[in-house]
Amino acid sequence: MNLGSLFIQAINGLAEASSLFLVAAGLSLIFGVTRIVNFAHGSLYMLGIYGAYSLVQWWGGSPWGFWLSLPLAALLVALLGLIVEIALLRRIYKAPEIFQLLATFALVLIFNDAALWLWGPDDLMGPLAPGLSGSVQVLGRHVPQYDLMLVALGPIVLLALWLLLTRTRWGVMIRAATQDREMLGALGVNQAWLFSSVFALGAFLAGLGGAMQLARQPANLMLDLSIIGDVFVVVVVGGMGSIPGAYLAALIVAELKALCIALGVVQWGGMTVAFPKLTLVVEFLFMAVVLVFRPWGLLGKPMSAQRHMGLRDQPFHAASPALRWSAGLLLAALLALPWLSEHFPYAMVLAQDMLIAVVFAVSLHILLGLGGMLSFGHAAYFGIGAYAVAMLAKLAGWSMGATLLAAPLIAGAAACLFGWFCIRLSGVYLAMLTLAFAQIVWSVVYQWDAVTGGSNGLFGVWPSSWLAGDGYYYFVLAVAVAVVLMVRRMVFAPFGLALRAVRDSALRAEAVGMPVKRIQWLAFVLAGVLAGVAGAIYVYAKGSTSPEVITVAKSVDALVMVLLGGMQTLTGPIVGAVGFVGLQDYFVGATDYWRGLFGLVILALVLLFPRGIAGYFQQRVSRSTYS
Amino acid sequence: MSVLSVRHLNKRFGGNVAVEDLSFDLEAGELLALIGPNGAGKSTTFNMIGGQLSADSGSVALHGMELLGKSPYRIAQSGVGRTFQITATFSSLTVRENVQAAMLAGRRRIFGFWEPACGQYTDEALDLLGQVGMRDQAARPCSELAYGDVKRVELAMSLASSPRLLLMDEPTAGMAPAERHALLALVKKLVAQRNMAVLFTEHSMDVVFTYADRVAVLARGRLIAEGEPGYVRNHPMAREVYFGSGATFQDMPDGTGAP
Repeated sequence: MNLGSLFIQAINGLAEASSLFLVAAGLSLIFGVTRIVNFAHGSLYMLGIYGAYSLVQWWGGSPWGFWLSLPLAALLVALLGLIVEIALLRRIYKAPEIFQLLATFALVLIFNDAALWLWGPDDLMGPLAPGLSGSVQVLGRHVPQYDLMLVALGPIVLLALWLLLTRTRWGVMIRAATQDREMLGALGVNQAWLFSSVFALGAFLAGLGGAMQLARQPANLMLDLSIIGDVFVVVVVGGMGSIPGAYLAALIVAELKALCIALGVVQWGGMTVAFPKLTLVVEFLFMAVVLVFRPWGLLGKPMSAQRHMGLRDQPFHAASPALRWSAGLLLAALLALPWLSEHFPYAMVLAQDMLIAVVFAVSLHILLGLGGMLSFGHAAYFGIGAYAVAMLAKLAGWSMGATLLAAPLIAGAAACLFGWFCIRLSGVYLAMLTLAFAQIVWSVVYQWDAVTGGSNGLFGVWPSSWLAGDGYYYFVLAVAVAVVLMVRRMVFAPFGLALRAVRDSALRAEAVGMPVKRIQWLAFVLAGVLAGVAGAIYVYAKGSTSPEVITVAKSVDALVMVLLGGMQTLTGPIVGAVGFVGLQDYFVGATDYWRGLFGLVILALVLLFPRGIAGYFQQRVSRSTYS
Repeated sequence: MSVLSVRHLNKRFGGNVAVEDLSFDLEAGELLALIGPNGAGKSTTFNMIGGQLSADSGSVALHGMELLGKSPYRIAQSGVGRTFQITATFSSLTVRENVQAAMLAGRRRIFGFWEPACGQYTDEALDLLGQVGMRDQAARPCSELAYGDVKRVELAMSLASSPRLLLMDEPTAGMAPAERHALLALVKKLVAQRNMAVLFTEHSMDVVFTYADRVAVLARGRLIAEGEPGYVRNHPMAREVYFGSGATFQDMPDGTGAP
C-alpha cells in the first residue's frame, strides 16, 4: 500500500458515498414521515440502473440522449414509487411494523422477478458517460472524471435537500410530520398527499442513485439486496430521518470499505489478514458499535411518540378438545407416512422439510410472538447450527449424536453474544441490528473458504447408519414434537407469562420486580438454541449446507411462516410453517417466477389477514362462540 | 426507624432544577401526600425513589437500606410497590394472570419453565383481587376493563408482593369524583390492615385533605411546607404557591418543564 493507492481508493469511496447517500436519503425521508422502513428501496435503485440502461439504448449513444436518460429513469422510478404508495402502503400505515417490513420485502421479490422477466438474467453494461469518459492525473494515478463528478454530486444533493426542507412550505410540513404526524393531521394538513409526494421524492432519489451508476457498473439482479444492506447501515448509523446524518454515515461507511481495499493483504507477525475480505463485515461491525453507544445514530434523535398500538393480543387458553384431537390425528398421520411412501414417495421428504420449518418458526415465535422482539436475522442461528454440525462432522470427525448436541449450544452461545447488544434496542432498530449480525455471520461463512467451503458450502454430511431409511424421518418428527411440546410448556410456565408481561409493558414489569433485560436476553438465547436445533437437523436431512441458509431471505421466510399462521398462538407458527413449505414447493414446481408469485402471496396475506391464517380462524371461532 | 427516609435529594435536567435538597420521612401506617403545582418535581421524586430515574445526589433509604443506584426491579423486590400516572398493566393477560405475574416476580419465581403459572398463587391472587373488589372479573382480559377497574388491578399488582412502601403517582387522575373517594378509601383501609406506608401525589385537594395523614408541599423542586393537613392548609407559603394567589405561575411561565 502507498499514498497513491490510498488516495485513489479514498476518491472511489467518496464516489460510492454519493450514490449510497442518494438512496439512503430517500429511505430516511420516507421513514421520517411515514414511519415505514422501505425494504424495496434497493429495488428502486436497481430499477434506476435498468431503466437508465434501456433509455440509453433507445436514444442511441448521443450525449444528449445519455444525460437526459439518467434523470428520466429516476422520474420513472418516482412514478412507480407513487403507484406503490397509493396502491399498497396507504393501506398499511396503521399496521404493525412487522407487516410493513414484510409488505415492502414482498415488493423486493416482485420487482426482482419483474426485472428478470423484462431484462433477463445477464449483466447489462451501459456505455461510458459522453464528455466524462476520460481521467485526470492525480499523484501519478488516473482518477476517472465521472467519479469526480459523483464526488461533487453528494454534497450538491445534500444542499438541495437541506434548502428544500428548510426554505419551502412543503419542507416544513415534512419536518413537522417527522416530529409528530398525528399533530400535523390535527392541524388540517392533507397527509395523504404529503406522504405520497415524500414517497415519490424518496423513490426519485433511489432511482437517481441507481441511474448515476450506469456508467460505472453493470446492471444486475443482485443489486437490490446488496445495496439495501449498506443503506440500512447508513440510515441507522446516521440516525433514522436525519439527512445530514445519512451523508456523514455514507461517507464513513464508504471510506471504511475503501480503506479495507487499500490496505490489501497484510502480514502481522505470522498472521495474514486479508482486509479486502472484511469489507462486508466492517460496515456491520461499525453499525453495531454505533448502536450500542448511540442507539439513535450519530445525528439522530430518540424516536417521537407513536400513538397507535399494534394488534392487541388475547390471553392464552388451554388447548380445546378439538385442537387436541386434531393434533393427535395429525401426529398419527405423520407416523403412518412412511408406509405410504410407495404411493407418495415425495410426501415424506416434504413432511420432513415441514417439520424442520416448524422448529425454526416456533423458535422465532418465542421472540416475535411472546417477546414482541422483531428479529430480521433469525437465520443467523439456524445457519450457525447448520454450519456447526457440518464443520464438526467434516473437519473434526464428530459423531452425529455429538454434533447434534453441540450445534444448538453453539447457536445459543452466538445468540447470547448478539443478544447482549440487541436487547438494548427495540422496534425497527432491533430489526436492523439483528439483520446486521446475520449479515456478519453470512459474510464470514461466505468468505472463509478454507473452513466453511465458501459459496459452495459443505457436503456429504449424512445421518448415522442406525437412522438410515425411514429412521431419520422419525427422528426429525420426534425432535419437532419435543420442541413444540417444550415450548408450549414454557408458554404457560412463569417464564412465558413473564415474557408476555414484558412485551405488554416493560415499565410495569420492572415495577413488579421483573428483571426485564435478563428475561429478554434469555428469550433471545432460547430462540437461538432452538433455531440451532432446526439448522442441525436440516443438515442431516439434506446432507449439506450452504450460505443460502443465512441470507436475509431465509430470515424473512421464518417471519412469513409466523405471520402466515398468526403471531398470537403457538398454533400459528406451526400452521404457518407447514403452509409456507407446501406453498413454496408448489410454486417452485409451477413457475420460474416463483419468488415474485410468493411476494404477491405475502402482500395478499398482509392486506387480507393481518392476524395470520390461524388467528383469522380463531377470531371467527371465538366470535361465533361468544355470539 | 422510618419506612422511608429521603435525605438531601437533588436532580437537575440540564439547567433546570427539578428537585433540590429534598428531605422527608415516612412512617409505617401513614399516608403522605406530595402536592405542588405542575413542574414542582413530584413525578421526578417518584421516579427517583422507584429507580426509573437516577438522582444527582442525596439518599433514599427503605428501612435504612439505600435504594439509589438500584434498578427498578431490585427496588420492587426489596418491598416497594408502585402505580403509574398513566396506568400500566399487562393488557394481553387476564386480570388474575396480571396479579399472578406480579406475585411470581416479587417472589423471584419468574424463571420457571415447567410448572404452569396458572396454578401458582391462584388463591392468593384471587384473595387480593377480592380486597380491591375485582374478584368477579378475574377471568377477563385486562384490555377489556373500564378505566377505573384497570386502576384497581394496578393497585392489586402493586400490592402483590406485600410491599412496605407503596408509591402512587396521581392515583385518581382521570376518575370521576365518586370513584376517587372510593379508591382512596380502599387504599386507606389497606394501609391500616397491612401497616404499610403510602406516598402519593394528587391534584384533587378534596382527596388530599380527606385521606392524607400528612401533606408535603413542593414548589420548584423545594419542600416549602410539611405537616398535618390542617397545618398545611393554613401555611402562608403553601397557600401562596398552591392555593391560588397565582404569583408563582406568573413568575415562571415555563414552570411546567419537568415531567
